[in-house]
Amino acid sequence: MADNVTPRVRVPRDAKAGEAITIKTLISHQMESGQRKDGDGNLIPRSIINRFTCDFNGQNVIDITMEPAISTNPYFEFQSLVPESGTFTFTWYDDDGSVYTDTKDIAVS
Amino acid sequence: MKMTVLKSAIAGLALVATGVMAEEGTVGFEINGDIPIVTRVPAAAHLDGALSEAISGWEYRDSSTQAMQMDDFDNPAMLAVEQAAEVWNTAMGTVGKSCADCHGDVNESMIGIRATYPKWNEKAGEVRTLAMQVNNCLTENMGAEAWKYDGADMAAMEALISIPSRGMPVNVAIDGPVASVWEQGKEMYYTRYGQLELSCASCHELNYDNLIRADHLSQGQINAFPVYRLKDTGLVTTHGRFKGCVRDTRAETFAAGSPEFVALELYVASRGNGLSVEAPAVRP
Repeated sequence: MADNVTPRVRVPRDAKAGEAITIKTLISHQMESGQRKDGDGNLIPRSIINRFTCDFNGQNVIDITMEPAISTNPYFEFQSLVPESGTFTFTWYDDDGSVYTDTKDIAVS
Repeated sequence: MKMTVLKSAIAGLALVATGVMAEEGTVGFEINGDIPIVTRVPAAAHLDGALSEAISGWEYRDSSTQAMQMDDFDNPAMLAVEQAAEVWNTAMGTVGKSCADCHGDVNESMIGIRATYPKWNEKAGEVRTLAMQVNNCLTENMGAEAWKYDGADMAAMEALISIPSRGMPVNVAIDGPVASVWEQGKEMYYTRYGQLELSCASCHELNYDNLIRADHLSQGQINAFPVYRLKDTGLVTTHGRFKGCVRDTRAETFAAGSPEFVALELYVASRGNGLSVEAPAVRP
């Protein structure tokens, strides 16, 4: 089980129509690769975030498959076009079945 | 021996006054675009010209690492700070009090605290580091167990307490009752340890800005501690760093929280008087 998983997102509060904005996301997660062994020589089971998506008003912006080699607290920074005011929805999918979401509104003038 | 200590105490008294007054220095960057951080400042007078400038370790890092520290969203140390902020508000120990019950809002009650530690504690009659003060609160006032001196809980709490002091000049007193401890720290700084026979000064005074194998040597300033180390994916405290340094000389290290490291911390902190508090910073 993953402890202390908290998503964080930064999206500008407003933008001009058609502008490309920069979005930063971070989720605290230990990203246990499944390759390491504990003190007794037993494998520590894999526990990672395996997928991350971002949607804007229902339309997909980015969809990422994540692999065990990604280090702890995965951080993604990407750009998106914003044609109109709306809501960004961010979703992280954990190996243990948990789904973490966050939303941010943006006003477009 | 007594005589020397006394003499340097008096000298220190006269000199530190001028060192602290200096308002000069170069702002290297801003955190979140609104906290200016002085990364170069004329060295304090008590260094007797050993350094011309005190330079923050930030200056020696590459631009991507520097950028991570310039925005709190990008600074991974803030994850630990958020967790410590929860601990701050959580009742601990048999007394059932939280840090906040006595100290209120950390962003108000702890302004400037990080900048003056380690400092003399009159009641205890000893030089106290921030970590010793936290552990003292836990055991004496809260009836809780002390934390591991350089453990993750302590590092996170130190980082949280440092936040309201960011941008304020380090201003550690070296005179009065702490003078003898400061002298002890200074002597350690110039003592060669380990099979490699390296003193702190061998690397951080005589060779800063040079490479030691693949590492770019800084002045070893501690104004930015605890720091988030990318290679450890976690916070490292001042004493944790000291242990690593002494180990790298191939010596048996002192323990974190030992009187030796407390003395060394006081001395090393005073070498950075005038630099801004940067903690929690990002280092490779």
